[in-house]
Amino acid sequence: MARIIGGIGTTHVPSIGKAIAEKKHADPYWKPFFSGFGYVHGWLARERPDTMVIFYNDHGLNFFLDKLPTFAVGAAPEYRNEDEGWGIPVSRAVAGDPDFSWHLINGLVADEFDVTMCQEMLVDHAVTIPMALMWPDESWPVKVVPIEINTVQHPLPSLNRCLALGRSVGRAIESYQRDLKVLVVGTGGLSHQLDGERAGFINREFDELCMDRLIDQPEALTRYAIPEFVELAGAQGVEFLNWMAMRGALTGSVRQLHRNYHIPISNTAAATVVMENGPGAGLRAA
Amino acid sequence: MSDDMSDDIPGTTLFDGEQAQKGLALNRMCFSFNSAANRAAFLKDEDAYCQKYGLTDAQRAAVKSRQVLQMIKAGGNVYYLAKLAGIFGLNVQDIGAQQTGMTVEAFKRKLVEAGR
Repeated sequence: MARIIGGIGTTHVPSIGKAIAEKKHADPYWKPFFSGFGYVHGWLARERPDTMVIFYNDHGLNFFLDKLPTFAVGAAPEYRNEDEGWGIPVSRAVAGDPDFSWHLINGLVADEFDVTMCQEMLVDHAVTIPMALMWPDESWPVKVVPIEINTVQHPLPSLNRCLALGRSVGRAIESYQRDLKVLVVGTGGLSHQLDGERAGFINREFDELCMDRLIDQPEALTRYAIPEFVELAGAQGVEFLNWMAMRGALTGSVRQLHRNYHIPISNTAAATVVMENGPGAGLRAA
Repeated sequence: MSDDMSDDIPGTTLFDGEQAQKGLALNRMCFSFNSAANRAAFLKDEDAYCQKYGLTDAQRAAVKSRQVLQMIKAGGNVYYLAKLAGIFGLNVQDIGAQQTGMTVEAFKRKLVEAGR
């Protein structure tokens, strides 16, 4: 049976892609961010996941505003990246696992998450930058199921709904027959705002609260309605929905193994968190 | 209850159904800038390119002004507007500075200070 080894939350700021291409890892601006990945590399080398489920938001590469799903699950054998129009390098493609994707889709829809199913799907920097950060040698030794959450066009799904989505994914992973070690990833955030007179808004205190509660009491975060979350985390800080879904998929007893938090990367409070999904009574499904 | 979600947060326009409807043509044009050929076509003949995408007068004026706040008023979504800004070599610090009326250096300093 498939087993969930743990979760990783990481920022996916586009300029990271440029910094990687220009090898700026030791540059004083970038070092506090990149150095937070040393632990991640060691942990991944020890745990050796086979497959990765990644919750992320598309920024206008695969989806446009004409037809915008709230939740979309990739079911493709391969996911390509393309020019996103921002001058960041185009990434190599990511390998998919359609059989596992369809298992997750079946589980989600049986659980009344009526997702959009994508047999063809481009993935943007919100998938490829976390991949490049986790496996900088570009080995990318995992197959991927991308799950896209709308964080762009309101109304957005609630924090509670995203937590429940993650829990449904977690149950589906654990009911999969193949003997896979599965890593769950949530990307984006933390606090930042790109638009409006409030551009540049960052909220360290709230980010720390979110990271703390995400480990021990994610339900406590569901009290924030989306507009309130925008006020506290910034207009694009709502990418934290991806982290909520990731946390929901961790079905066992969850322990934080590593955290790095640094302000700023571009306009963003950058965060990297590794969580272990241990055996034992975890949070029960809603 | 109003369907307008963005009454309450200062300096913030939630990109909701109202904005999405208002901004469709502008955002569609910006979406086209994922292609290098389209970016070049815009630079070659901006008027013709904007006309092809059916921008409203307010959207055309906003693009002409290069002012992001005006583009947001005209329904632009920042992820799409950033693709347009990229054509002019502007990144999110540049447009952050523009929207807040700061110099780019002062805006970057403000970001660094948020970490202290």
